Amino acid sequence: MAFYRSTVLVSVDPVCVEKGAYELIDALNDELIKQGLIDEVRILETPRLGDPQKFGPDIIVYPEATHYTNLTYYEIPRLVEEHFIKGRILKQYAAKMQDAIDEELSAPKSKEIRIVLRNVGEIDPRNIEDYIANDGYQALGKVLTEMSPEDVIQEVLDAKLRGRGGAGFPTGLKWRFARQAAGDIKYIVCNADEGDPGAFMNRRVLEGDPHSVIEGMIIAAYAIGARQGYIYCRAEYPIAVSTMNLAMKQARSLGLLGKNILGTDFSFDLEMRMGAGAFVCGEETALMASIEGSRGEPRTRPPFPAQKGLWGKPTNINNVETYANVPQIILKGAEWYASMGTEKSKGTKTFALAGDVKNTGLIEVPFGITLREIIFDVGGGIKNDKKLKAVQTGGPMGGCIPEHMMDLPVDYETLGQVGSIMGSGGMIVMDEGTCMVDIARFFLEFIQEESCGKCVPCRVGTHRLLEVLEKICDGRGEDGDIEELQELCEQIRRNSLCGLGQGAPNPVVSTLEYFMDEYKAHIYEKRCPAKVCRSLIKYEIQDGPCTGCTVCARNCPVSAISGERKLTHVINQDICVKCGICYQVCQFDAINVI
Amino acid sequence: MAENKYAEAETIQLVNEIVASTGTTRADLIPILQKVTNNLGYISQDAIKQISTLLKLPTKEIASVATFYRMLSTQPHGRHIIQFCESAPCHIVGGREVFIALKTALNLEPGETSTDNKWTFITTSCLGICGVGPVILIDTEIHGNVTPDQVPSILAKYA
Repeated sequence: MAFYRSTVLVSVDPVCVEKGAYELIDALNDELIKQGLIDEVRILETPRLGDPQKFGPDIIVYPEATHYTNLTYYEIPRLVEEHFIKGRILKQYAAKMQDAIDEELSAPKSKEIRIVLRNVGEIDPRNIEDYIANDGYQALGKVLTEMSPEDVIQEVLDAKLRGRGGAGFPTGLKWRFARQAAGDIKYIVCNADEGDPGAFMNRRVLEGDPHSVIEGMIIAAYAIGARQGYIYCRAEYPIAVSTMNLAMKQARSLGLLGKNILGTDFSFDLEMRMGAGAFVCGEETALMASIEGSRGEPRTRPPFPAQKGLWGKPTNINNVETYANVPQIILKGAEWYASMGTEKSKGTKTFALAGDVKNTGLIEVPFGITLREIIFDVGGGIKNDKKLKAVQTGGPMGGCIPEHMMDLPVDYETLGQVGSIMGSGGMIVMDEGTCMVDIARFFLEFIQEESCGKCVPCRVGTHRLLEVLEKICDGRGEDGDIEELQELCEQIRRNSLCGLGQGAPNPVVSTLEYFMDEYKAHIYEKRCPAKVCRSLIKYEIQDGPCTGCTVCARNCPVSAISGERKLTHVINQDICVKCGICYQVCQFDAINVI
Repeated sequence: MAENKYAEAETIQLVNEIVASTGTTRADLIPILQKVTNNLGYISQDAIKQISTLLKLPTKEIASVATFYRMLSTQPHGRHIIQFCESAPCHIVGGREVFIALKTALNLEPGETSTDNKWTFITTSCLGICGVGPVILIDTEIHGNVTPDQVPSILAKYA
């Protein structure tokens, strides 16, 4: 093989061709011959570099990876002279190195392991070939040609994969139940209706690596004997929906979905169903009701979907992340997968870090990592170097874990023991400026609104819980409120129909347990220690720092601030709605919250 | 119940086309309602009646489904729909202040439409763009990292 000191990649996508890519190649070729460099520099055509609409034609010179844009063929002699003979970069045409900015997903930190997110941001999600080039659909090939359905289930069982939707039920066991259930017609459903506020990992997987989910679903369908599957996706995620639709189409065109997959006698196809904005539809029985065209209301279990699911047929429901793990488990083996994590929670988990942490966004870490490692090593610590107060995991039905428990390992059992849940992976970091009573009130507001209303404990109970919390935040708390909250929580947890109601008290129970003094301060001292609850705080302008610049008065939405220019301003407490805008816009820190 | 904003014949034709391209089984009901919402902006009484005829379902069944889901509406909307994300990650990073600023600037409570028919203000659960909270979505345009003082200038961009 010939040895070249340089390789020039020339982009020949249609736009670059139209802008003269081939003229460029010819000119380059001629010039290299002329300068006697043709044996040292090689020219290769490549489908696409950069953004051809903006620049183009694009070329990149390796090994130094200099990217040139906007070149025309008559500049080629200068380029060859400067770059290849004199070794200088022709700055005029050098494209600026652009950092890809992805606020949701940055390069993996040292403590991360990426399995589910391995392709996200790395491959073109709208091109199935990119996925195939990264070992895509190899697991499916292995399953269909070398493994029996029972082998597949055993492999997933041995990997100890647990449902990533929140409850952590062993996936292999779920599949076995569905396989053993009587009946010819069975269904596979992918729950892509993650509604946990703050948990957007599934959206990124659907948008960034759709085929990993499709491949996982086909493998699951083979394992349980299903011929039809549904992806139930939130309508709030239009890009995910269109990416998945395209991915399914491409898979179908290559014979990876549809009749006789990969030439075997196994047939399976998928359909997309969009949600219509109901949080409770993340609950599996409600989700199935919604696919069937009804109100998304949960029903009692048993019978479980594995026995009686969609249209009364055995149905296997897993979430996006669960399916996305499956191809990797099949390819690399259960042993590899089970080597990560804790005794009962194996593999990795994606989390959406949000709130008062420096690096918000998606992360994927092995089970067993501590919360402190997640927040400080992966998340970079607390914003503005404030103090960490608590971490809320598991979405609205999760609990708040206080700072002194940050060294606990993250797995399903441990989070459960301290009063929270794994959930689908929302992780909200709160600093000292967060009021825990307000947070409990906030989550209850959400739950109460999303309660479908079918069962009384949830419908009436969460309403009542919210009333008491609102009373406390409003400064009208009284003796006995705490006891009433505790009593209500217990009743709701014990008597509700589905996970939404059963989990509804968690935010209240966990904050009562770890932050009782804040509740007491609100009720007995009429004071909000974090200075958040509006009825219990007051904004005041300090005499000294105020320069009378009038910015606060001009921004006040209710005109509560008065004062002459260059004189100290005054807030009229009777008009003030405590929106905090003045506090934000003041450049002299003249406004105090008391 | 809201009055019908469109002529009955027009609605019937639209529903006929949507049903023809979607299907007439019960499982097709929600996709049909979604398409009607996308086309008319809401699900009118005329639309419900016509769906009822074609799918052979009682109108009360259709109304019951149409009123259950947040993204389906039986009320007409304003020209622009402002969705405020009321989820925890946005709340923690100052969402409440933005919410108050929005409410004040629009002079609307969540769920209301302004009298000039310009704005409909609704709250939504997580939009999944938590990295840039607080987030508001106006029609299909995302505004992230919103601060209360930006609200008037954001609203001013819409005619």
